[in-house]
Amino acid sequence: MLEFSILFPSVLNGLTTGAVYALIALGLTLIYGVLHIINFAHGAALMIALYGVYFLHLTLGLDPYVSLPVMVPAMFVLGYGLQRLVIGRASHGKDENILLVTLGLAMVMENLALFLWRSDTRTVETPYTFSTVNIAGAMIAVPKLAAFAGALVAAAVLLVLVSRTDLGRAIRAIAKERQGAKLVGIDVEHVFAMSFGIGLACLGAAACFLLPAYYVNPLVGNGFILIAFTIVVLGGMGSFAGALAGGLIIGVVESVGGLWLGESLGQIGIFLIFIVVLLFRPQGLFGART
Amino acid sequence: MLEARNLSISFGGLKAVEDVSLSVPGGSIVSLIGPNGAGKSTLFGLISGFLKPDAGQIAFLGEDITGLAPHLVCRRGLTRTFQIVQPFAAQTVRENIAVGAHLHHRARREALARAQAVAERVGLAPELDKLAVNLTIAGRKRLELARALAAEPRLLLLDEVLAGLNPNEVGEMLPVIRAIRDSGITVLLIEHVMQAVMALAEYTWVLNNGRLIAEGRPAEIANDPKVIEAYLGHGTAERLRAASAHA
Amino acid sequence: MKELVAICAFAAAVALLPLVVNSGFVLNLVIMTLYATLLGQAWNILAGFGGQFSFGHAVFFGTGAYAAAVLQVRFGWNAWAALAAAVVLGGAVGAFIGALSFRYGLRGSYFALVTLAFAEVFRVLANTFDFTGAGVGLMIPLGTSAADFQFASSAGFLYVILGFTLAAFGVTLWLKHSRYGAWLQAVRDNEESAAALGVDVFRVKLGAIMISAALMAAGGVFYVQYFHYIDPHIAYGPAVSVEALLAPIVGGMGTSFGPLLGAVVLHALGEFTRNLMGDAPGVSLVIYGAVLVAMVTFLPRGIIGAFAARRPARRVPRA
Repeated sequence: MLEFSILFPSVLNGLTTGAVYALIALGLTLIYGVLHIINFAHGAALMIALYGVYFLHLTLGLDPYVSLPVMVPAMFVLGYGLQRLVIGRASHGKDENILLVTLGLAMVMENLALFLWRSDTRTVETPYTFSTVNIAGAMIAVPKLAAFAGALVAAAVLLVLVSRTDLGRAIRAIAKERQGAKLVGIDVEHVFAMSFGIGLACLGAAACFLLPAYYVNPLVGNGFILIAFTIVVLGGMGSFAGALAGGLIIGVVESVGGLWLGESLGQIGIFLIFIVVLLFRPQGLFGART
Repeated sequence: MLEARNLSISFGGLKAVEDVSLSVPGGSIVSLIGPNGAGKSTLFGLISGFLKPDAGQIAFLGEDITGLAPHLVCRRGLTRTFQIVQPFAAQTVRENIAVGAHLHHRARREALARAQAVAERVGLAPELDKLAVNLTIAGRKRLELARALAAEPRLLLLDEVLAGLNPNEVGEMLPVIRAIRDSGITVLLIEHVMQAVMALAEYTWVLNNGRLIAEGRPAEIANDPKVIEAYLGHGTAERLRAASAHA
Repeated sequence: MKELVAICAFAAAVALLPLVVNSGFVLNLVIMTLYATLLGQAWNILAGFGGQFSFGHAVFFGTGAYAAAVLQVRFGWNAWAALAAAVVLGGAVGAFIGALSFRYGLRGSYFALVTLAFAEVFRVLANTFDFTGAGVGLMIPLGTSAADFQFASSAGFLYVILGFTLAAFGVTLWLKHSRYGAWLQAVRDNEESAAALGVDVFRVKLGAIMISAALMAAGGVFYVQYFHYIDPHIAYGPAVSVEALLAPIVGGMGTSFGPLLGAVVLHALGEFTRNLMGDAPGVSLVIYGAVLVAMVTFLPRGIIGAFAARRPARRVPRA
C-alpha cells in the first residue's frame, strides 16, 4: 500500500482535487472573513454554477474553460444580488439567523434544480476529457491538471485583489472593524455585496474547472459543503493562504484515505478533521487566536 | 470576608492586574475606584471566577476560591453584576430575577414570589411584567442589581451600577444600596460617580494601570496626590497646590 | 393552566379522529404532521429553549432508527424493548456530542456545523458496515400485532405518535415551570449572566441535548416502524435535520405549540402545492426553503411570536 507507485499518483490526484476544493473554499473564506457569514448556500451555488457551465456547453457548444469569462461575472452578479437583496435584509445581526437564511436559499436552489432538471447526473465530454499526462510515472487526467493550475491562478488573483486594490482595502477594513469602516465612509452594504459576489465568482471559476473532470446533479453541492467548511476552518477562518493549504491537505487526505479505507469510509477522515479542529484548534493552522 | 492576595493577570503583553491585594471586612460597603482601563472590572472577573489569575490567591469566607468556576463562586455566596448590563432580554423582569432566586429556591412558584419581593426592595415592582428589553437604562441597572440580590449573596460585587444614571436616579439608588448593607450583605462597588463613593463607602481602594496605588477612607483618598494624578494626569497635584497657594 | 387545557383538547381531538374519519389518506396526513411535530418539538427543546442551533439533528434520529432496526432484525428483540433501548442510545449519543461540543465552548454557527459533521460521520459509518445493512439499509418485517409495534390500521400508529408528541408536550411544559427550564432559558438568553447567578451552564446544556436527542430517537423508531425501512441517507441525511428545524421556526421557537403549528402550516402548504403542481419533485421543498427565508427575515419569532401580546416597544433613548 505504501508503495511509491501507488502512493504518488494518489497524492498527485489528491493535490489536483484539493486545488479545486481550495478554490471553492477561497470564496467561502472571503465571505466568512468579511461578513462573518457561514454561507450554507455555498454548495448549492456551486451546483448552479456547474449547471451553468453544463448548459453553456449543451446549447452553445462552449468549452467549459471558454465559459470562464461568462460564468465568473454571472456568478458574481448572482452573489451580489443575493447578499444585497436577501441575505443582507434578513441579517438582524444574529449568526444563527444568517445560517438559517442561507440554508433556506440552499433548499430553494437545490429543489428548483431538481424540479427543472430532474435528478439525472450529467457530464460534459470534451476532446480532452480522457487525455492524461504522465508525471514521473503517474497518469494524471488533463482536466484535473487544468483545475490545479486554474485554482492557483484564481488564488493569486484573489490575493492581489485583497491586498492591492481599494476594494481589497475596504474589505480588510470592514473585516477588522465594521463600525469604524462605516464611520470613515465606506459603503459597507456595497462592500458586503461585492464580497459575496466575489465569493460566488470563485465558484463560477471552480465550476468551469470542475465539470470536465466531474459531474453535476441537483444534490452535488451537498458533498462539497462540509469539505469546504472543513478547509476554511482548518486553514484558519479568513486566511486565503490557509484555505489554499487546507484545500491541498484535505485533497490529499481524501485521496490517500480512500486508498486505505475505500471511497466512502475515506471521506470520514475529512469530517473527523473538521470536528477535531473545531474542538481543539478552532483558529486552524494559520488563523490567529481570537 | 474576602481576601485577595497578590493577584495578577496579563493579556498578551499587557499586565491588566498586577500584584493586587485587598481585604474586605464583612458587613461594610467598600469601593474600588480608578480611571478607565485601570483593571477594576478585570479584578472583579478574577474574584468572581470569570478569569483565572496568573498568580495570587482569593479566599472567601475563609475558603480558597482561586480559579473556581463562576457558578460555583456564586453558590458560595459571592455574586456580581456586569458593567454592561446583560439582562435576559426575552424574559420579563420577574422571570429575570427569578433565575437568581432559583439558586436557593427550587419551586417555580416560590422563586417567582421571591422575585417579586426583591423587585419591591429595589423599586422595580411597577415593572415586574415588562420585558427586560423594554426597561430604561436605570431600570436595567436595577434589574441587574435585583437579580444578583435574589441569589441571596453574602458578598455583592456591583460593577458601576450607577453609571449612566442622572443625579436623581443616583439619589434614588443610594438608600437602596445602604439598605442592602443593612440587611447583612457586604457590598464592594466599582464606581466612577464620586458622590456615591463619598456617600456610601467606608473604605476604598484605588487602582491605576493594574496596580493598587492607594487605599483608605474616601475623604482621605480624595486629597491623595497620587490619586489626583491618576485621574487628572501627571503633575496635576502640583499645579493644583500651586494654584490654591496663589488663590 | 390554559396550556394544559389546550393540550388536552388537542389530544382528545386527535384521539377521536379515527372514529370520525375513515380516509387512510387523511389519517396518514395527520400521522405525518404529528411525526413532524415530534421532530420539531425535539429540536425546539435544544434550540428554542436552550439557544443551541443544531443542523445535524438527524444524528440522533438515525441512531434511534438504526438501533430499533438492528435490534429487531439482527437480534430478534421485541420492538417496544428496542424502542426503550433506542431512546437511551439516542440520549447517550446526545451526551457524547454535547459533552465534546460544550466542553470546548462551541456555540452558534460552529455548534451547528459540528452537529452536521457528526451526522455525516454516522452516515458514512452506517453506509459502510454490513450489520447496519450498508448502503442497502434494513427492512423491518411487516406485522400486524400491537405487541410488535405494528398495526393493521393507521389508527394504531396515530395513537402511538400522539403518545410521543404528548410526552414531548409534557417535557415542554415541565421546562416552562421548573427550575431547570428557567436555568436553560437563562443560558439561552445570556450565558455569562446565568453563570454569575449560579447556573452550571455546561450541565444545563448537556441535559437539554440529551432530552432533545432522546425524543429525536423516538421519532426515528417511529419512522422505522411505520415505513418498515431505513437506510443511511434517510437516517442521517440532511432531510430529517431540515425537517426538524422548519416546524419550530415557522411556528415559533421556544413556545409549546410552535412546532405543532409549524408542522400543520407546512403540511397544509405541502398539500396545497401538491394539488396545484402535481407530484413534481422538489416543489414543496422550494416552497419550504422560501418560507424559511421569509420567516427568518420577517417573522423571526414565528407565527406565534407575531401574534404574541408581548411586542418589544421601540427602545427608550438613554437619558
